[in-house]
This record gives sequence, C-alpha cells and structure tokens, in this order.
Amino acid sequence: MNSHILSLLVFIPILGALVTLAYQQFKPKSVNGNNDNGNAHKWIAAVTTGLQLLLAAWLYIQYIPTAGIQFVEQASWIPQFNIEYYLGVDGLSLPMVLLTALLSFIGVVSSWNIKKSTLGYFTMLLLLDTGMMGVFVSLDFFLFYIFWEVMLLPMYFLIGIWGGPQRQYAAIKFFLYTLFGSVFMLLAMLGLYFYSDPHTFNLITLIQTASSINATIWGMDVRILIWVALFIGFAIKVPIVPLHTWLPLAHVEAPTAVSVILAGVLLKMGTYGLLRINYPILPDLVHWFAWFLALLGVINIIWGALNAIAQIDLKKMVAYSSVSHMGYVLLGMAAVISENPAGAQAGLNGALMQMFNHGTITAMLFLLVGVVYERAHHRYIFYPDDYKDKKLAGTRAFGGLGAKVPIYSAFVALAFFAGLGLPALSGFISEVMCFIGGFSVFRTLTIIGTLGILLNAIYFLRAYNHVFMGPLNSAYDDLTDMTKREIFILVPLAILVILFGVYPAPLLDMIAPTMGHLIDIIQNAGAYVGMM
Amino acid sequence: MNPTVLIALAILFLPLLSFVFQIFIGHRIGRPAHWVSLIFIGTVLAFSISILTNAYLLHGHHVLNESVEWFSTGDFTLRLGFNIDNVAAIMLVVVSLISFLVHVYSTEYLKGDPRYTRYFGYLGLFTFSMNGIVLADNLIMMYVFWELVGLSSYLLIGFWFEKHSAADAGMKAFLTNRVGDIGMFIGIMILFFMLGTVNIEELAYEVSIGMADGGLTLLTIAGILVFMGAVGKSAQFPLHIWLPDAMEGPTPVSALIHAATMVAAGVYMLIRIFSFLTPDALAVIAVIGGITAIMAAIIAITQNDIKRVLAYSTVSQLGYMVMAIGVGAYQAGFFHLTTHAMFKACLFLASGSVIHAMHHALHKNNDHDTDPQDMRNMGGLKSKMPITFLTMLVATLALSGVPFFSGFLSKDAILAGTVAYYHAHHGWTIFLPIAGFGAAIITAFYMFRLIFMTFFGEPADKKIHDSVHENPVPMTTPLIILAILSFATIFTLPGWNPIENHGWFTHLVSEGENFAGLDMHETTEGIHHAHNTAMTISLIVATLGIAFAFVVYYFKKFKADSLAAAANKLKLYDISFNKFYIDEIYNAVLYKPFLWWCNVFSKIDWDYYDQKFIDGWGWLTLKISDASGYSDYNWLDQKIVDGIAKLTNYFSRELKQTQTGVIQTYIMGGVFGLMIIMILFQSI
Repeated sequence: MNSHILSLLVFIPILGALVTLAYQQFKPKSVNGNNDNGNAHKWIAAVTTGLQLLLAAWLYIQYIPTAGIQFVEQASWIPQFNIEYYLGVDGLSLPMVLLTALLSFIGVVSSWNIKKSTLGYFTMLLLLDTGMMGVFVSLDFFLFYIFWEVMLLPMYFLIGIWGGPQRQYAAIKFFLYTLFGSVFMLLAMLGLYFYSDPHTFNLITLIQTASSINATIWGMDVRILIWVALFIGFAIKVPIVPLHTWLPLAHVEAPTAVSVILAGVLLKMGTYGLLRINYPILPDLVHWFAWFLALLGVINIIWGALNAIAQIDLKKMVAYSSVSHMGYVLLGMAAVISENPAGAQAGLNGALMQMFNHGTITAMLFLLVGVVYERAHHRYIFYPDDYKDKKLAGTRAFGGLGAKVPIYSAFVALAFFAGLGLPALSGFISEVMCFIGGFSVFRTLTIIGTLGILLNAIYFLRAYNHVFMGPLNSAYDDLTDMTKREIFILVPLAILVILFGVYPAPLLDMIAPTMGHLIDIIQNAGAYVGMM
Repeated sequence: MNPTVLIALAILFLPLLSFVFQIFIGHRIGRPAHWVSLIFIGTVLAFSISILTNAYLLHGHHVLNESVEWFSTGDFTLRLGFNIDNVAAIMLVVVSLISFLVHVYSTEYLKGDPRYTRYFGYLGLFTFSMNGIVLADNLIMMYVFWELVGLSSYLLIGFWFEKHSAADAGMKAFLTNRVGDIGMFIGIMILFFMLGTVNIEELAYEVSIGMADGGLTLLTIAGILVFMGAVGKSAQFPLHIWLPDAMEGPTPVSALIHAATMVAAGVYMLIRIFSFLTPDALAVIAVIGGITAIMAAIIAITQNDIKRVLAYSTVSQLGYMVMAIGVGAYQAGFFHLTTHAMFKACLFLASGSVIHAMHHALHKNNDHDTDPQDMRNMGGLKSKMPITFLTMLVATLALSGVPFFSGFLSKDAILAGTVAYYHAHHGWTIFLPIAGFGAAIITAFYMFRLIFMTFFGEPADKKIHDSVHENPVPMTTPLIILAILSFATIFTLPGWNPIENHGWFTHLVSEGENFAGLDMHETTEGIHHAHNTAMTISLIVATLGIAFAFVVYYFKKFKADSLAAAANKLKLYDISFNKFYIDEIYNAVLYKPFLWWCNVFSKIDWDYYDQKFIDGWGWLTLKISDASGYSDYNWLDQKIVDGIAKLTNYFSRELKQTQTGVIQTYIMGGVFGLMIIMILFQSI
C-alpha cells in the first residue's frame, strides 16, 4: 500500500465521482420520481472524502519528518518528452495534503443542504479535490501543471452554477484571472524544460540543473524571466495585491463549501508553488527578489485589512481578511534570506504554518458566515445605502444575536479571535513567527506590517459588535442555533485552531526539517550575481 | 518533579479549569456551580500564600525558576517557564486574594443574572491569564498572557452586551490595548535580535555584561516600545481612554480587573524588566506617569458617577506607580501597587455595594429613570449602610495618604522618589514632584467629595433613601477584609511603627537593580534623604485637600455649583468635566477620518481599480475583438474575399457576351488565335 498511497489519495475522489455517475445511470427506478438522488450523491461524496481523510491521516502517521521526500511514485509517462508520473510528499506538501483532505470532507458535509442538481455539484467537488491533491503531491512540473488546470474547470462551474446572484460574472472573472497566470506559468515551464540539460520537467532534478541555465532572451537573463513568469502565475492565486480583485468577488459569490475550499486550499497553492518551484530551483534569485516579496507582503497585510474594515458584507470582509492574512505568509517567506538563522527559520516555518493555520481559521469563518446566511438569507453587517427596503438602508442588519444563539456566537467569537491573532489560538503563533522572521531582515517594513495586529482586530471586533451585541434585533426572534451537523464540521477545525495555538510542536516538527533544507539551498546559493 | 512546580501549575491552571467547567457544564447546574469556582480559586489563594511564606523563609532566593521548550525550529526556540521571585510571590497573593474576594462578592452581586455561571467562567479565565503574566519568565510568554488578559477584560466589560455602551466599551478597551501591544511586540523583537533571548533574567544578564556600540540607544528604544504595552494596559496617557469606559462592566469586575490587578500588570511588567531599562527610557516613563497622575486627578474632581470618580482615581494612581518606576523608586512602585490593590478593590466593591443597594431601592419604588450610580441621587447613606460606609472611609483614608493607613506609606515613598529625582537632575524634572503633590492634594479632595456626597448630607430622595439597605454577608465580608488590609501595620509587620515602612514587605522586595546605567545606590540614597521632606509636604497636602472637601461638601461654606461656575470662567470646569476632550479629539482626528479613509480605499480597490482598470482590460479586449470581428467580416470577408468573387463574377459576366452561339464568330476567333500562336512561335 505504501507505494501507491499517493495515487490513491489523488484519484479516490475521481473514483467517487465515477461511482456517482454509475449510480445515476443504473439506479433502481423509483415510482415517485427521483427524490432520493441527492441523498445518494452526497453520501457517496462524503464517504469518498472521508476515506481520503483517513488515508491522509495514515500518511501523517507514517511520515518521518527527517527522511526527505517520501511515498515516492515514479514512472515514465510520456517518454518522448521525458515527462514523468512522479509523486511524493515532504514537509512542505504534507500539511497542504492534510488541509486539502480535511477541507474537502468538511466541504462536502457543509453542502448537505444543496438542492440544485446534486449530481453535478458533488462530482464537480470531487473532481476539484483530485486537482488540488494532485497539485500538492506532483513532483513533475508537467503533472503539476495538468492538475493545476484540472482544478480550474470544476471551480468555474461550481461558482458559475451554484453561486450567488453575480455568479457568472464572478466565475468568468476567476477563470480569466487564473488563466492569465497559467499562460505565464506555461511559458516558464517550457523555458525550464528547454533550457535545462537534459530536458526535464522533474522538479527535483531541476534543483541541480536549473542553476546552469545561462542564456538570454532579448538581452534579459532567462532565469529572471522564468522567475518573474512563475511569480505572476502564483501571485494571482495567493492573491498578491494588486492581482487580488478576483478574490472578494469569487469568495462572495461561491457557495459556502466552495468559498471554504477557495480560501482554505486554493490560495495556498500560490505560496506553495513559490516554495516548491521558485525557491529551490532558482535559489539565488530569492535573494534578489526577497525585498520585493516582503514589500508585497506588507502591502497585502495593510491593504487587505483596510479594505476589510470598510466592508458591510460579512463574507466580503472575511474574503479581504484572507488577503491580509496571506500577506503574513509572504513576509515570512521573504525572511528566508536572513543572516540570522533563528530569523530565517522563524520566517519560513512561520510562513508554512500560517498557510495551514489560515486554512483552518478561514474555513471556520466562511462556514460560520454560511450558517447565518442559510437562516437569514443575507449576511450584511449594515444594510447598504441603496438597499431595496428604504427604511432599512444603512442600518444595523443584525444585532444582539449573542443572547439568542449562544453556541453560534461562541464559535464565531473563537474564529474571529483566531483571525485577529489572539494568543493560544493558532494564528498567533504563525503570525508572530512571520513577524520575527521578517524583522530580522526588513526592520522598517515589518514595523509597518505589525499595524496589521491592530487593523485585523478592528474589523473582526466591529463585526462582532454589530452582529452579536446590543439589543436583539426583533427580526431574528426565531433564529435557531447551530444544528448538530454544523457543529460536527466546526469542532475539528476549532480543535486544530486551539491545539496548534497552545502546542504547535506537532505541526512544526513535521515541517521544520524540510524547511531547514530549503533554507540551506537558498543560503548556499548566495545572492544573485547576474550572468556568468 | 519539584513540588513547587506542581503548586505553580495548580495556581495557573485551576482557574482555567474553573473557566472550562463553567462554560461547558456550569449552565446546566445553575447557581450552585459557583462553588466549583470558589473552591478552585480558594485553593489557588492557599497555594499562593504558601508560596509567599516559602519566599519569606528562603531569604531572597528564587522560589522557582524553571522552563520547558514550547516549540523549536532548531535555531529558533521559544520556551515556557515560571520565574517566581519575591515580587512574583507577592503579586500572586494579591491577584488570587482579590480574585477570591471578588468571587465571593459576586455570588450576591450577580445573583439572578441569566449568564451567572458564564460570569464565573470569565472570572476564572481572567485569573488564569493574570497569573500567567505574573509567573512568566520570558517576554513572549508574558505577551501571550498579556493578550489573554485583554480577552477576558473584553468579555467581562461587555458582559452585559445587550447594552450598546457595554459592547462598545469592551471593543474600545481591546483595540486601545492593541495599540500599545504593537509597540510592546516590536520592543520584544528588538530585544530578541539584539540580545538573542526573550528570557527576562537572561536579558538582564546580557545587558549587565555590556553591549556593543550604540547598544544603549537601541536598548532605550526597545525599553520605550515595551513600555507602550504598559501604557495601554495600565491606562497611561495617551491610551488611558479605555479605562473609564470599562466601568460598563459589572462592578466586581471593575474592582478586580480595572482597579487592582490587570491594570497593574503594566506596572508589574516594568518592575520585571526594570533592571535593563536605561535612564533615558526611565525618564520617558516618569514623564508619562506624571502626566497621567495629575491629568486623571483633575478629571476626577468633576465626575458625578461614583464609579467614574474611582476609575479616574485608578488612572491617576497608576500614573503614580509608573512615575515611581521612572524615577527609580522601584520598591515604592511595587509597594504602591500592592497597597493600592487592596484599598482600591475595597473602594470599588464598596461603590458596588452602594450601587446594588440603590438599584434595589429604585427597583422597589418602580423608578427606572434615576441613575443608581450618580452621586447626586445619593446622600445620607451613612446610617443606612454602616459597614459599607466604614470600610469605604478606611479605604478613602488610605488613598488620600493619611497616616496609619497603607497608602500613606507607599505614596510617600513615591513622592520621596520624585523629590530625589529632582534633586539629582534639576531643570524640568520639577514637574514630577509638582505632579505628584498636586495629584495628592486633588486626590484627597475628590475622595472626600465622594464620601460626603454619598454618605453625608440630606438624601436626594427620601423615599428611595428609606428603601436602601445594607447588603448581605457575602458582599460585606470582602469589604471588611480589604479594609483591614488597608491599614499600614499590615505591611510593616513585624514592625509596629505605622509611618515607617520597614517590615516584611521591604524585607522581601529589594530596592531594585539596574544594569543599563542607572546608579541604584545613588538613587536609593537620594530617596532616603528626601524621605522627610516628602512626608512633611504630603501630610500638608493631604490635610489641605481633605479640609477643602470638608469646607465645600460637609459644612457647605461655599456652594459647589458656584465654585464650579467660577472655575468655568476660564473653562476649567468644562475641561475637567469633559476629560480634556481627549475622546472627542481622538474621535475627530483619528477614528472618523480613519474609517472614512477605509471607505475610500475600498472604493479605490473595487469601484475604480477592479471595475475600471481590471475590467477595463476585459472591455478593451471586447472592443478589440469587436473591431476585429467587424473588419474580419466587413473588410476581409465582404470586401476582399467577396471582392475577388465579385471580380470573377464581373469578368465572367463580361466574357459571357462573347458566347454568341454564332458558329462563324467562333471559327473567326479560332483562326485569330491560331495566327497569334504562330506569330509567337516564329519570333522565338
């Protein structure tokens, strides 16, 4: 089993999707029409993702942190072009694999009340799952690219069909934005392939061979062009300001489960790609680029938070908070060039931890917004000034829910405080590590970035104040508290958020050796010296 | 394992267990659930006292100094650890004692509240976090609990969150504190990278063995930044604005958190890091403390809400403590923290007792408009609530600095510190003793104003006055205990001289060490020299303040209103009553413009950048494809492709006319053609 666990992990959702389709084809003909279909679809999806989650857990148990890349599967796929089917996990991908498996399962369970065309919805969700998992375990660039694109299609339909009122606009915007990035990524991939000797897409081999690329296009160093092209491709996914405007729209229009996966997993692919491809393959350019990366990180932190403060839609606020929180990841990543070993390690480990922790925290946030949206059919903090009901325009949309739905408000409080980086919750550890790392290299930038500590607190507390505190808004007199199913999907996330806030060592021990290795690669490469 | 470690762990985690119990189980049990909290916190108190006893017997050795690794990436490691020295041992007793008394008091005060058990849970969370600050041996751990204390403060201020004012106050407290915390965090990072550790004792050691060039300047910056955390938490100017609003929380909470313990955390932190604060950083600290002490005292004069008077008094006294640290009066600063914790907790709990009684009396008379906290609605309560009155009087005497009471000793020591500081530095430092003595005279005045307005004179409303009753035992017992602890002798034991502070306290708490350039020997000498001067002046000012309050509010020789009107000729009354307009200024200059800018940024981000610029590319693409579609059809297809077809068509139409169907014409054409070919061939 050891040898094929990754393939199983990647393709089990496809199997689930095939089972769903087969069931649809051969299901027993019901006299009363097909009103039991939806149930079967979601149960198949839940069992599939549940199995995947168990596999991922097993993977975690078997994983040996100090042993480098593990569970490797390597086979020639298209020998004419030296393309391989090459899978493996290390400390960089394992947390992302775990996160993907967990959030896919939670995504399915949180979609329990989907009514519209469940067949399509759940097969798309499963297909998306395969794409994401594939991206995180591929060690061949070509394979990586295939999975990257595979993911795009179901996402387009999930937003475009099951989304909110502006779903089509949002879906096409998301699609075009990402595709724009993919073009650059494709060029960079081909560049790496053709300029490396021997020609290869193997990401591990490229670590050795890419450093000897010595060529120019129009007088510019090819390696710089490759770096920049890759960076643009990944920056859109992160998203790095100013390439971020697909995010608020897509997150807001997507159905809850899809927002969870978008923010929880897809955003991490951007930073994952940088760490998996740019960092080890073009390590000297990291030195050249780090300052800019830190600057962009700080811009993300501040700009995302300032925009979140202005939002009157809870989901949009949470979406912008993601922009801000991903900024910490960039700042931490940039610290890898620190001359102080403690700083470099704090930064890079903090960045990866922040990727994981943001995944769980933002998943909670989107799920919780979904809970209230399902009941109230809106998620305004304040009604907009041009609201259809003129009397309500500009007024507090909720208010006083704290006394009415105590369990819900407790979960929201936990998620909000995790979001604003309260100690003993996971976000704090990773934010602090990113800052400490950043501070060891970029003093001024990091000091500006620490404003995020305050700004993030402002919008979360303001939102909490307006939604949960004050006298109860009589429009919500019969609001019901969370159901058992909703609690069931939030509890594991809450446990992770608290566990890694109090005791981050398990997470850190898993990733630290790999991160240490990456730091060595980059520090040994030395600063970029231009063309030889 | 060292048994002391177990005791320390119990002190830390029993309150957390109380929190967990009350949140998950308590509400199913209801009121009796408070016994769990009482037993847990009572145990914590017992353990704390045992630790203090241990410290007393150990003569200056650390009771406990141990740490474990929290997490590590190899070269970057954070540790969690306890460091119980004598200061921490005293602080533990202060925190757990007042926490326990507040728990007892709250069983009566919060009786019947729908979220009764949750309240006790929050108190547990607070005690846990506060003890964490006290025990922490490194700055990161302290920062962790620092923020958790902020959380419990947020939860408790907003405990009655149905009131907008309470909800807003909680948020304001948290956010204002975060401003300070940013500075503290940056300061910690500077220390970490400069000295390679965040452990407080190691930091002190690193500083003591000397530093590289420019190290002192950086150390000064770091010290001031870390002090920013204390500015937030200990409500120093300019971040003091949250504390008076925090009075929206239940009164026992105000006593525990916003008077005795949490707000003193800033001072405690300064005491912990005192040994590596540079003289320049200390000067800044002293000035901030002095400004806070005098400013808050001035505001307290004109407030009518009994809790607000006490709140500003707290701000002012915290200013004293901070100023004490700043002038190097290390021992005096911590002494005042301890004595103040007792008498200020007593004052708050007594005011709570008054409010509780007023509230019930108003309720009984079906009066829902009168404010039970406004002193103008009180008066003459002395006979109705004798225990509350007497305990509050004792605490007031202590706060006003009257001999035989604890505040006299500690305040006196601080004032001696400021006088000594002036003697050593001259110049602008005259401000510090002026602020100190000025605040002292004002404090004596407004506290007796409070006593007279509340307990003496004619009752404002006879009917309500008649229905006021003294509160039951769970509320009065803590008052009595705290009043007893406000006597000077408590702190001078085994000595009995009530105006000389030599006793167990001075035995336990040293006069402080400083490795960053402050000569502690000289400072201590100076304070000893200034002792008599300071005591004389402080006796005079206390007497003056009390006497003036007697004249105005007891004998009513002057009408308070006309005095206020006279002062208001120079707008003095308005300035004090409106708290120097600081809230209004922040609102107008910072908060509102900030929100406005956020909206502008959001507009730029979405309405302009995305909708215009990004979608502009889409628009442009569409335009280009429109144009290319247009030219593709209208030009390439219609004109060129179809043009060729038309041309062919034209020629074929023209040539068609040669097809006449007349055989002679065809033959003639053939002959002509043949002739042309022959001519062509011949020429070749």
